[in-house]
Amino acid sequence: MQALNIMPIVRKEFRQIRRDRRALGVLLLIPSMMLIMFGYALNFDVKHSNVAVYDEDNSKTSREFAQLFFTSEYFDYAHRLTDLKTVNELVDGENVRAVIVIPSDFSHNIAEGKDVAVQIIVDGTNSNAATTVLGYVGAIIQQYSLKVMATTFYRRGQQQVVRPIDLRPRIWYNPELRSAKFLVPGLIAFILMLTAVVSTSLAVVREWETGTVEQIIVSPAKPVELILGKTVPYTIIALIATVTILVAGYVLFDVQIKGSFLLLFVVTLVFLIGSLGLGLLISTIAGTQQVAFMIAVIATMLPTFILSGFVFPIRNMPPIIQAITYLIPARYFLVALRSIILKGAGLSAFWDQLLYLVAFALLTLGASSARMRKLLH
Amino acid sequence: MNLQRIIALLKKEFGQLFKDKKLLPIVFVAPVVQLILLGYAASFDIKNISLALCDLDKTKESRELAEKFVTSGYFTIEYATDDYGTIASYLDNNKVNMALVIPHRFGDQILRREPASIQVLVDGSEGNTAALSMSYFNQIVGQYSNKIITDIVGGRPVGGITTEVRAWYNPELRSRNYMVPAMLALILLITTMNLTAMAIVREKEIGTLEQLMVTPIHPWELILGKLVPFIIIGAIDVVVVLLVMVFWFDIPILGSIPLLIGLTGFFLLTTMGLGLFVSTISHTQQQAMMVSQFFILQPMMYISGFSLPIENMPPFLQGVSWLVPMRHFLFIVRSLILKGVGITDLWLQGSILLLMGIVVLAASILRFRKKLD
Repeated sequence: MQALNIMPIVRKEFRQIRRDRRALGVLLLIPSMMLIMFGYALNFDVKHSNVAVYDEDNSKTSREFAQLFFTSEYFDYAHRLTDLKTVNELVDGENVRAVIVIPSDFSHNIAEGKDVAVQIIVDGTNSNAATTVLGYVGAIIQQYSLKVMATTFYRRGQQQVVRPIDLRPRIWYNPELRSAKFLVPGLIAFILMLTAVVSTSLAVVREWETGTVEQIIVSPAKPVELILGKTVPYTIIALIATVTILVAGYVLFDVQIKGSFLLLFVVTLVFLIGSLGLGLLISTIAGTQQVAFMIAVIATMLPTFILSGFVFPIRNMPPIIQAITYLIPARYFLVALRSIILKGAGLSAFWDQLLYLVAFALLTLGASSARMRKLLH
Repeated sequence: MNLQRIIALLKKEFGQLFKDKKLLPIVFVAPVVQLILLGYAASFDIKNISLALCDLDKTKESRELAEKFVTSGYFTIEYATDDYGTIASYLDNNKVNMALVIPHRFGDQILRREPASIQVLVDGSEGNTAALSMSYFNQIVGQYSNKIITDIVGGRPVGGITTEVRAWYNPELRSRNYMVPAMLALILLITTMNLTAMAIVREKEIGTLEQLMVTPIHPWELILGKLVPFIIIGAIDVVVVLLVMVFWFDIPILGSIPLLIGLTGFFLLTTMGLGLFVSTISHTQQQAMMVSQFFILQPMMYISGFSLPIENMPPFLQGVSWLVPMRHFLFIVRSLILKGVGITDLWLQGSILLLMGIVVLAASILRFRKKLD
């Protein structure tokens, strides 16, 4: 078997890319642009919600309790409701996320040392935001509740045991729980997958549609050489884009790479080759560029967004969906990226992920070469 | 305009669509598959937080506390160890999300009525999960604390404050209810905009657009002929998505269906307009793909509120999001489907969409005509 001769094809592809200045610019600049935009947009911290308080009791105690919500830093604005009928309007118009209803026997029961139930009405449409707001409201209420209990104890002359358990949480890797920190690695995976597949998915089918494929058929190039030759230039472009993303992530979002650069490079390279292979595979399957585009968008955009663990934790998905996530290469890349960038972990933490990525790369390149061979004959 | 010519054009367009054996299945099957995947996968609800337990105390009290985590249903104890040093490696190697350390003397302190401390280590690399896990953790510890207090006072009520939560519109707080209606917008955007853009650029690339131009067909008719098939495809997609939503995921449409259809039509005007616009600025299908993917689809997905709350964005991006048609359409579908609101709450978003649709479509048609002349 002859040694693979891919240089002529690499040169040809490079020339083609260079000639299309607009496309080259897009491929090089878009990744960091996306990072900047999405880095600022991606923020799950629900801090600026509005709440409303309806105080049926209107006593000194209840007002003191309501005041806690008005002064809390979690809520931008708190309404004081005078009429429960306006609740509908407020919640429907998305003006408030939660309404706290203080019952009329609030101060009475507290004075008597009885339990009081406070009602919280929450807009459940955005369940994530609802859960977070409930967490904040719950924390404020719990704190107040402990204070009330302490006073009751004091009155009864009992020893003060306000906080039997002293919880000391320590958050590792991302102490302030900044969304940017865990989303930036995810964004890198997402952006790379997208650019890689978008840039290559039309590469083969275009030659088909424009008729230049006949020239390729008569050339002595082997299918494997064609595939590799088309992969190399885009790998180089994507690697440059990766560096700019990492720099942007460091400068703008203060996401530092704690682990080894070499490991990061190796993992990224393997993932890129696999993604480019996927793009080429799509290109050899689709009959027209239109179809190739649709497959590329459908195969990469939503699955990478939804099923990779980028936004939604995989552990919470039903078993069948969890099984499907094993088919999403970004899943493995993401674990490796987060381990290297945030935790500074070594190969022992993600070697299995790397193996999956290698398998993915071999599979896509192999399959696209096989498809290519079939197309050429 | 000549109806006969338009019909002839439509025949040609549909013929082209049906000739492509791969395109139609993708356009109709893919949205359903994606919707179902998303419906099940898109969940922030956390149920199985993996916990490493390091119980150095080993008393009745410490076991009781650990038991509380298991019975809560939120946590599973994946590893139990006596060696404090191994905890770091569980977290480093992604084996667990959290580690709970119960120190020596925990039980003793509780019996002596002294504050007993416990330590919890959280993997913060997934910030959202970490924050939610912590709030569950706090709840459980809080409940246990209350139990201890009640034990101390001998079961007498102590006047604590309990909460009674009522989640409107989505009582079980399922993320699915929020995400599935939004898919309607995304699927419409992907299919109608992309297909319109690609279909026109394709004729340009192959050179058949010039042949069409020398025929007596008026530019208006040409545009209409290109848009109508995709409007029909979009309409079928809408119906399919809504059927899956209502019958598979059991999310009923609380608002008026005619209103939903009408407002969806306004949104379609904008996606068609954008597709047409992309086709006027692209010479090759690759360029069209890049422009629509990177400059339209991606930004729309992120700053429209599709999955990320707009109110958390910096003010500048919030301003930009007003220009994104999908933002307004998402507000419409979510409020109409989940809350059942009517025109009184939606007129603003509806008029913005209509205005945008007319402007974008008119501008693109003008640009397209100029290119042709």
